[in-house]
Amino acid sequence: MALEGEYLDMAVYVDDLDQENLEFYSFCGNGELRLQQCSSCGLKRYPPTTACPWCANPESSWEPVAGRGTLYSYGEVHHAIQPVFRQFAPYMLLLVELDEQRDHPAPYDGLRLTGNLATADGDLAPPELVERVGIGSRLKVVFKSIGEGIALPLWCLDEDAEQPAKPWRYPS
Amino acid sequence: MSDDIDATAAKHLRGKYAVVGVGETGYVRGSGCTTRTLGTRAVRSAIEDAGLTSADVDGVLSYSNNDSTFSTLVAGDLGIRLNFYMDVYGGGSSTEALIGIAMGVIEAGMCKTVAIYRAMNGYSQVRIGGTGGRGTKAPLSGGGLFSRGYGLMSAGQMFSQSFMRHMYDYGTTPEQVAMVKVVHSEHASNNPKAYYQKRVSVDDVLSSRMICKPLHLLDCCVETDNGTAIIVTSIDRARDCRHTPAVIQSVVGRCSKPRADNHYQSGPISTVAGHYAKEILWPNAGLGPEDVDITGSYDAFTFTTMMQLEDYGFCAKGEGGDYVSSGITRLGGARPNNTSGGHLCEGYTHGINMVIENVRQLRGDVDDSCPIGSDGRRQHTYDYSEGGCRQVKDCEVSANLGWATPGTGSAMVMAKGG
Repeated sequence: MALEGEYLDMAVYVDDLDQENLEFYSFCGNGELRLQQCSSCGLKRYPPTTACPWCANPESSWEPVAGRGTLYSYGEVHHAIQPVFRQFAPYMLLLVELDEQRDHPAPYDGLRLTGNLATADGDLAPPELVERVGIGSRLKVVFKSIGEGIALPLWCLDEDAEQPAKPWRYPS
Repeated sequence: MSDDIDATAAKHLRGKYAVVGVGETGYVRGSGCTTRTLGTRAVRSAIEDAGLTSADVDGVLSYSNNDSTFSTLVAGDLGIRLNFYMDVYGGGSSTEALIGIAMGVIEAGMCKTVAIYRAMNGYSQVRIGGTGGRGTKAPLSGGGLFSRGYGLMSAGQMFSQSFMRHMYDYGTTPEQVAMVKVVHSEHASNNPKAYYQKRVSVDDVLSSRMICKPLHLLDCCVETDNGTAIIVTSIDRARDCRHTPAVIQSVVGRCSKPRADNHYQSGPISTVAGHYAKEILWPNAGLGPEDVDITGSYDAFTFTTMMQLEDYGFCAKGEGGDYVSSGITRLGGARPNNTSGGHLCEGYTHGINMVIENVRQLRGDVDDSCPIGSDGRRQHTYDYSEGGCRQVKDCEVSANLGWATPGTGSAMVMAKGG
């Protein structure tokens, strides 16, 4: 069954033919971050795909990950293109490298998830929070409910983790 | 890279095909006409430049992001009877890839001479940067949640993480990268058809407003309306054309990093597709970066120029910032880049205007403000001060480095014909 919702005044509709995304976002709706794990080679992958990028096997299962990682890189949007995002600028475009499967299957590979920086409640981060986060920051997933049985994964500072003294930020 | 990647191992196409005609409309904001008109005018101009007529052309290729006109319409308007045509989806990296396709279909005997065009109202109609709300109102589907759901939509937003990671990995500075814009603006000041002809400084770049860190406004290319075209044919036919041919030594088409769909899942993201493409480009051309006189490294952003020059081997890995700020890429430097001003200053075409510029450079007949002599050719002064000459002296070999994304690129080496 299709998933429907609304996020920041944008309608959300995940089509019932789009099995991989339906399953991914349904788990998110249940407060779980799960990724496809290949039934043959055992590697996890992101974002959802229809076969394994490393061995082409179409069979996989959805396995939980801890939802904790390190900021690998980011962009910081000051000129928003989508009108609804203007009120949140500057907002961060994150690439978070999960603790699982780092440097696998090859050195410099990793499970890198996209998303925005948010508060612990899943609201887009205010400027003073944005300024605290850079490459190396420890982040954890937070789910923003966007409809019945569907949530969008975002990232917040992992307050339980040891943070770098000075995460790397663009020199301003 | 394995030997079997060397797709043209026999290298029997090296030196066998050439770009013989180039043409364009103006680079403007407000073309006042359709993409069909722009495409038709550009192709007509390129055919005329080659010294050919519509009867000599029997193939047409175009590329677009569903924002342009079709080959059949342009061919129809110009009275071209088609033996081959194709309209390909895609923006940056298409030009060199389509040149490779043109060579292949001519080699296969499917047609004899191919016109390749890009026609776009990149300012008046479909703005590449997405400004104006293009597509912002459509519902978020599964894939859209990973992009628009995160306010991630434009090219600058999508590439920003690769640019930022390059700064982190190698200590590349904003000042170094700003020099790409500074140098291209110098070149554009000597290009009467460039949209932006004003020279800018590093301070101008760094004090322009932030769009998406690490990109300031002046790190981003201009949006313009234009039609642009080139003519590709075999070397035998090329010798009968009007100008000295720009002879194709090697092409690479949309060569990609692992996982072209989600390149950031694999390897260091501070390395781009040129890392792979160079293993096809240089061996097939039979030369290396040290033999190249001018480059056309795609400048959708200042960073794209820098990262490609680095990964194609014009400098050591990690030294792209030094390379683009050293003066090498300036007119008068050892290896000028984007002598027309490129996408940052001349106009935005998804790559083809950088090929057009290099063809003119190889002819020794670039269209600057130098006086035209009695033989109809410009009398180049090689004085590169503002408003002056932009012809590179003794220009024999060029390289074009096309960019689609950090994960996909195309490239081409051309040499001045004998």
